[in-house]
Amino acid sequence: MPAKHIKKVLLLGSGALKIGEAGELDYSGSQALKALKEEGIETVLINPNIATVQTSEGVADHIYFLPVTPYFVERVIEKERPQGILLAFGGQTALNCGVTLFKEGILEKYGIEVLGTPVQAIIDTEDRELFVERLDEINVNTIKSQACENIEDARKAAAELGYPVIIRAAFALGGLGSGFCDNEEELNRLAEKAFSFSPQVLVEKSLKGWKEIEFEVVRDRYDNCIAVCSMENFDPLGIHTGESIVVAPAQTLNNHEVQKLRELSLRIIRHIGIVGECNIQFAFDTQSEEYRVIEVNARLSRSSALASKATGYPLAFVACKLGLGYGLFDLKNSVTKNTTAFFEPAIDYVVCKIPRWDLGKFRGVDRELGSSMKSVGEVMAIGRTFEEAIQKGLRMIGQGMHGFVENKELEIENIDAALREPTDKRVLVISKAMRQGYSIDQIYDLTKIDKWFLRKLQNIRTLDNQLHECKGLEGLDAELLRKAKVYGFSDFQIARAIGLEDEMDMEEAVIAVRNCRKAMGILPFVKQIDTLAAEYPAQTNYLYLTYSGVAHDIPFEHDNRSIVVLGSGAYRIGSSVEFDWCGVQALNTIRKQGLRSVMINYNPETVSTDYDMCDRLYFDELTFERVMDIVELEAPQGVIISTGGQIPNNLALKLDAQKVPILGTQAKYIDNAEDREKFSAMLSRIGVDQPEWSALTTMEDVNAFIQRVGFPVLVRPSYVLSGAAMNVCSNQEELERFLRLAANVSKKHPVVISKFMQNTKEVEMDAVAKNGEIIAYAISEHIEFAGVHSGDATIQFPAQKLYVETVRRIKKISAQIAREPCISGPFNIQYLARDNEIKVIECNLRASRSFPFVSKVLKVNLIEMATRVMMGLPVEKLHKSFFDFDYVGIKASQFSFNRLQKADPVLGVDMSSTGEVGCLGDDTNCALMKAMLSVGHRIPQRGILLSTGGAKEKAAMLDAARMLHEHGYPLYATGGTSRYLTEQGIPNTLVHWPSDTDMKPQALDLLHQHEIDLVVNIPKDLSAGELTNGYKIRRTAVDLNIPLLTNSRLAAAFITAFCTIKPDQLAIKSWEEYK
Amino acid sequence: MRKVTLLLDDGTKFHGTSFGYEKPVAGEVVFNTAMMGYPESLTDPSYEGQIMVLTYPLIGNYGVPALSKEPNGLTTYMESDRIHPRAIIVTDYSEAYSHWNAKECLADWLKREQITGVTGVDTRELTKVLREQGVMMGKILFDDEPDNIPTAEYEGVNFVEQVSCKEIITYKSGQANAKKVVLVDCGVKENIIRCLINRGVDVIRVPWDYDFNDMEFDGLFLANGPGNPDICEATVQNIRKFLANPVVRPCMGICMGNQLLAKAAGAKIYKLKYGHRSHNQPVRQLGTTHCYITSQNHGYAVDDKTLGADWEPLFVNMNDGSNEGIRHKKNPWLSAQFHPEACSGPVDAEDLFDKFVKLL
Repeated sequence: MPAKHIKKVLLLGSGALKIGEAGELDYSGSQALKALKEEGIETVLINPNIATVQTSEGVADHIYFLPVTPYFVERVIEKERPQGILLAFGGQTALNCGVTLFKEGILEKYGIEVLGTPVQAIIDTEDRELFVERLDEINVNTIKSQACENIEDARKAAAELGYPVIIRAAFALGGLGSGFCDNEEELNRLAEKAFSFSPQVLVEKSLKGWKEIEFEVVRDRYDNCIAVCSMENFDPLGIHTGESIVVAPAQTLNNHEVQKLRELSLRIIRHIGIVGECNIQFAFDTQSEEYRVIEVNARLSRSSALASKATGYPLAFVACKLGLGYGLFDLKNSVTKNTTAFFEPAIDYVVCKIPRWDLGKFRGVDRELGSSMKSVGEVMAIGRTFEEAIQKGLRMIGQGMHGFVENKELEIENIDAALREPTDKRVLVISKAMRQGYSIDQIYDLTKIDKWFLRKLQNIRTLDNQLHECKGLEGLDAELLRKAKVYGFSDFQIARAIGLEDEMDMEEAVIAVRNCRKAMGILPFVKQIDTLAAEYPAQTNYLYLTYSGVAHDIPFEHDNRSIVVLGSGAYRIGSSVEFDWCGVQALNTIRKQGLRSVMINYNPETVSTDYDMCDRLYFDELTFERVMDIVELEAPQGVIISTGGQIPNNLALKLDAQKVPILGTQAKYIDNAEDREKFSAMLSRIGVDQPEWSALTTMEDVNAFIQRVGFPVLVRPSYVLSGAAMNVCSNQEELERFLRLAANVSKKHPVVISKFMQNTKEVEMDAVAKNGEIIAYAISEHIEFAGVHSGDATIQFPAQKLYVETVRRIKKISAQIAREPCISGPFNIQYLARDNEIKVIECNLRASRSFPFVSKVLKVNLIEMATRVMMGLPVEKLHKSFFDFDYVGIKASQFSFNRLQKADPVLGVDMSSTGEVGCLGDDTNCALMKAMLSVGHRIPQRGILLSTGGAKEKAAMLDAARMLHEHGYPLYATGGTSRYLTEQGIPNTLVHWPSDTDMKPQALDLLHQHEIDLVVNIPKDLSAGELTNGYKIRRTAVDLNIPLLTNSRLAAAFITAFCTIKPDQLAIKSWEEYK
Repeated sequence: MRKVTLLLDDGTKFHGTSFGYEKPVAGEVVFNTAMMGYPESLTDPSYEGQIMVLTYPLIGNYGVPALSKEPNGLTTYMESDRIHPRAIIVTDYSEAYSHWNAKECLADWLKREQITGVTGVDTRELTKVLREQGVMMGKILFDDEPDNIPTAEYEGVNFVEQVSCKEIITYKSGQANAKKVVLVDCGVKENIIRCLINRGVDVIRVPWDYDFNDMEFDGLFLANGPGNPDICEATVQNIRKFLANPVVRPCMGICMGNQLLAKAAGAKIYKLKYGHRSHNQPVRQLGTTHCYITSQNHGYAVDDKTLGADWEPLFVNMNDGSNEGIRHKKNPWLSAQFHPEACSGPVDAEDLFDKFVKLL
C-alpha cells in the first residue's frame, strides 16, 4: 500500500526534445502524472518543453516552464516543498539532475524522499566501475571496460584490451561522445571529445557482430519481478539501439536463451534494487550462449515506451505506482481491467521499430551508423508476419519508401561497402543487393544481420518477383494477391509490380488494385492488442490491422458517432511533439462531446498513441490505403486532418476524392494553399504582396530572374542531390556553387528562386477561423531576422517590437486570406515585415508547430476551439488582445548537433533543430534567459570567442560586445572582428583562424584549453574559406560541448539578457501564476 | 502445400495449409500463449491426445535442436523422446530457421515423427472461439480427402498409461549417500528429473500405477501428466497409503501431481473451461506478498474448498483465483499446479525444488 505521508510530488521532465531524449518521455511523464492524480496526490512538474502533453492544463497541478537543472529545481523545491520526487520519468536529464541534487544534499535538506528506485541504485548503474563491481557480486558478465580519467590512461587501456575498442563518455545519454576506434589515432580524437562531456571515459573491447537483446524489467518493493518484454535488434551490436531496427519479442533466440537472459535480468534488477522499471541490454553471441550485460538504464526510456506500446503494458504508469509503495499484486492489468498487473504480456503479433533519420537536413553530416544515436524519431509497425510488420514500418518512416521492394532504385557505387558500413539507407541497400543476386550468406557476412531476418526479407523479394510475372490485374490470382497482402505489400507496391504504372497514373492504379482486391474479398482485419494473446476477454481499444486473419476482434457500430483524428506519424525535424499535443487536444474535445474519438497514428513515442487517450486507437499506417480501410470500417461522422501536421494534410485531396467526410476547411482549399502557383495566384487576386519568385528550368532563366530581383535569393531545388534542400545565395559564385553541389536544374526538376529579404522581421500568425472569419489569433515575432527557418528561430509571443501599424496590417491581411478559402479550423501564416511593408511567405491550412506554445502563453486552447469549429459546435469569438499581457513567452530551439558528427552547426533556411522549449518571464530578458538556459546554454564564466560575420552583423553585435567587456569577460576575436572591436575601443585578444596554421594563438587551441565557454560565430557568407574556417570553429565548439551562437540578433539578445539580470533575479513562478 | 481444414466440434472451420506430416487427425484442441519453446512443448507428455494451437504467430524461427541423449538416458534438449500432441497449428510457420544449435527445421521433425502441422490459421480467432466455447474436440482434415476419421475422445481416455514408463528407471545424481526420491511417472517432463538430480538426489522413476510404498526411499515426487486425473485412481490409492504411513516422508507434486495429491487429500477436481497453457501465469503464495510468474499446462484444477481439514491451499492464480498448489498443515507435503521446472517458460519458481530437497 502506498505511503500515506506523500501528499505532494515533484516530477522532473526532460526538457526539449533532442536526439536520444524525445517524445517517449512526454508519454512516460504523462502516465506518471496520471498515476499520481489517481492517488489524489498534488503534482508539481518542471519541464520547459511547452509543446508537451504533460505540460497541459490539468495534467499536473503546478507546471514550471523552467530549465531542469539543479539550481532551478532547488528553487522550485524551496517554494513548493513536495514530500517526494520522481527522477525516472525525465530521461537522462532528470536522472543526472536528481543525482546532483542528492549528492549536494539538497534532497535531504528539504526532507524529500526519492520515490521508486533509490539514488544509490541509479549511481550504481551509471558509474561504469561501480556497475561492473555490482554485477560481479552476482556473477553476471559485463563488458569489462576501463574507466579512465585522462587520455594517457585511455591509450594504455586500449593497448591492453587490443583494438578495436569502443569509447564511451560516462554519465552521457544515448551514447553521446562514444564511438569505435580501430587504432590509437582514432582513439586520441574520440577520447578528447568524450572527455569534454564527462570527466570519466570508458574504454572497452568491441563486441561488434554479436546480437543485441533488451529486456524491460519491473520490480516492486516486495521483490516481485516481471520481464515485460524482450526485444531483439535486427542490426548486430555496434549500431546503437536507437539507430537499429528492433523487433519484439526476440525472434531468433530459443527458450533456453530467452529464459537465461530473463533470469539474469531479474537477478540484476533485484541486486541493484530497482523499484519501478529498468531496461537491461545484453550482447549475445551468435554461436553459443555467451553473453555480456551492456548496460542497465534505471529509468523510463525510449525502449520502455516502445515496450509499453508493443505489449500494451503501461510501464510508466505501473512504475510510478510502485514508486508510491504499491506491490505489483495490488495493481490491475489496465487492458483487461480484471486480471493482475503482475504478469508478463503474451503477444500474438510481431512488432518492428524502425528509426527515422533526417540526415539530409544537415550539411556535411557523417551518414554512417554507429554507437552513437542520430535518428530523430521512430515508428512502430505491428503485423502478424514479420514481412507485414517491416513493410508497414518502412512505409511509416515516411522517407519515400513503399516497403522493402518497389522503391525508387538507389544508386550505390559499391554494394559490398554499403552493406559493410551501414548508413540510414541500409534496408534499401539490402533490398538492392538481393535484387542483384547477392546470396543470404554473402549479405550475412557483410552485415552480420541474423539470417532469419534476411530470409524473411528474401521472402518479400521472391513474392515481388512472382508479382512481376503477372501482367496487369487480369493476371493476378487471388491467392497470390492475398499472400502479397499478408506479406505487407501495399496496393501501391502491387500496382507497380504488376506493371500498372505504364498504363495509368499511380493514383488511379492504386484505386484499381484496391477495387480488384475488394472484389476478391481480400480485406484487412482489425485485431486487438490485449496483453494476453486472447486468453482473457479484453475491453481494449488498442487496435491494428492485418491481412493475416479471418475475423475482426471488435464490432463496428456504424452509429455516426465516431470522429477520426489523423496523427502526425514519426517525429522528424519540423514535426514532432507539438503535433502530438494538437492531436491529443482534438481527441479530448471530441470526447468531451460524448462522441467516439478515434486516433490513427504509429509513433510509439507519443501520448496520442496511449490507448487511454481516445476511445479507439488504430496503431497503424497513415497512408491513403490504410486510412481508407479504417474509414470504411468505422464509417465516421468526420475525419480531422488539420491537427497532425503535413502527413495527414497531404492526404486531403485523395481522401476527399473518395468522399471521406473531412471536417474543417475543404480539401481543395488546402491544396490551393499548398500549391505554390495556386496560392500565389490567390494572393495576387486579393491584392496581398509576396516576395517575388519564379520556378525556373534553365540557368539562363535563373540568371535573368536574378538580374531583375537582385541578390540575395532563396533557392529551393525540387530535386536534391545532397546537402541542404534550400539555401540563400548572395552572389553569383555562391549560386553556381550551390546549384552545382546540391541540385540539377532541368525541365523535370525546376528550381524555385525567390527574392530574399534581408534585415526583415519574420512574424507568425497562428489563428482559428470559422467559415472564413478569424475567431482567435496569436501574433508572434522572431528574434532572428528572416533567413532562419521558423522552426529554428527564437520566437516571442506576444510580439514585443512590432509597429502597431504592422500588427494592424497583418490582422487585415490574415482576415482576407482566411475569408478567401473559407477557412474553418486552425491555420498559420508567415509574414515578412520591414518598416510597415508586409509580405506573405507561407500559409498552412492546418495547425502549426507553434500552436501549443501560443495556446499555453495565451491560456486559450486554440486546438480545442478549432476542433469545436470543425465539429460544428458553437464557439465564441476570442476578444483577448495581446496587449493585455503582463508577461512574455519565448520559444527557443534545441539543437542536437553534438550527436550529428561532422554536421555544420549553422542555422539556415532549412530547419535543423530537434526540439524546443517555451518559457515565461516578466519581460523578454527573463523569458529569454530561462529559455536559453533550458536548451543547454550556460552563462559564461570564462572567455568568449567572437567572429561576428559581415559588417551588419558586426554592428548588430557591437553593444553586446561592449556589455561583455564591461562585465569583465575576456574577449577573443578573429581577424576582422578583432580589428572592428579595437576600432570601437573594445579591448580583445586577436586569435587566428585554423587556416593560418603558423599564427598564434589559434582559436581552436583556446577551445581545447577550455579558455572559452561561449562561441559566437556568425558565418559571413558561403565562400569556401569562410566555410572551412568557420566550420572548424563551430564544429569544435559543438564537439567540446561549448555553447555556440550563430545568429547575431539572438547572440545580442542573449548577451543582453545575461548581462542585465542574474539567474537569482529570475522569478520562480508556475504557469498559473502568470496572469 | 496441401490445404487443410480444422473442423471443430461445434462446426466452426479454420482453413490452413499443411507443413508437417500429411495425416488427418482428431484430438482435443487447446491453445498455448507462450511465445517460444515449441520443441519443449511438443515433447511435453501432458499434450498427449491434444491438438496444440500456438497463439504466437511466428513459429519455427530457430529450428529444432538434436534429439540427442545424455548418458543417463535423458534427452539433451527435450522433455521426452518424442512429440506428444497429435498436431500443431500455427499462423506463420517459418520455413527458414536460423540457430547455431539447430539440427533441422520443425517441418522435418514433424514429418519424421508423423505429426500433422498446419500453418496459415488465424490462431487468435481460434483461441477466442476456444475461450468462449471452452476446449473442444476437433479434426484436421485434408481438403482433397473425404472426412473418414473418427471423432477423438479425451475425457475418458487413459493417456497417462500411454506416456508413463513401463518399468522402473533409476537416475543417479553421482553423489555419495544421495537421498532417494520416488518419482511417480504420469507423463513426467524430463526437466523435473534434471532439477532433482542436479540437486544431488537420486531419482527412482516408477510407472504411474506402481505401488512404491514398499520401496526404500526418502521422499515422493508426483509428476505431471496428460488427461483427466480421475482416471489415475490407482495412483491416488498409492498416495493415500503413503500419506497414511506413520513414517512421515516429504512429498511434492507438480501439475497432475498437485491434482493427485489433492485427490488423496479428499479434494475434488474439475475441468477448466479452457485451461492454463502459457508462460505468464501469475501465482501468489497465499498469506504472503510473494508472487511467481509461472509456466503452466493444465486443463483440470483442484477445487480447494473440498480439501480435507488438514490441508490448505498454498498458491492461488492471481487472474482467475483458481488453485495453484496445496500443502499439508503439519507434514512436509506440498504441491504446485504450475511447473517450477519450467522448460519451456520462466524459471522463477525453481526454488521449490530447493525447498523440497531441503525437506529430505
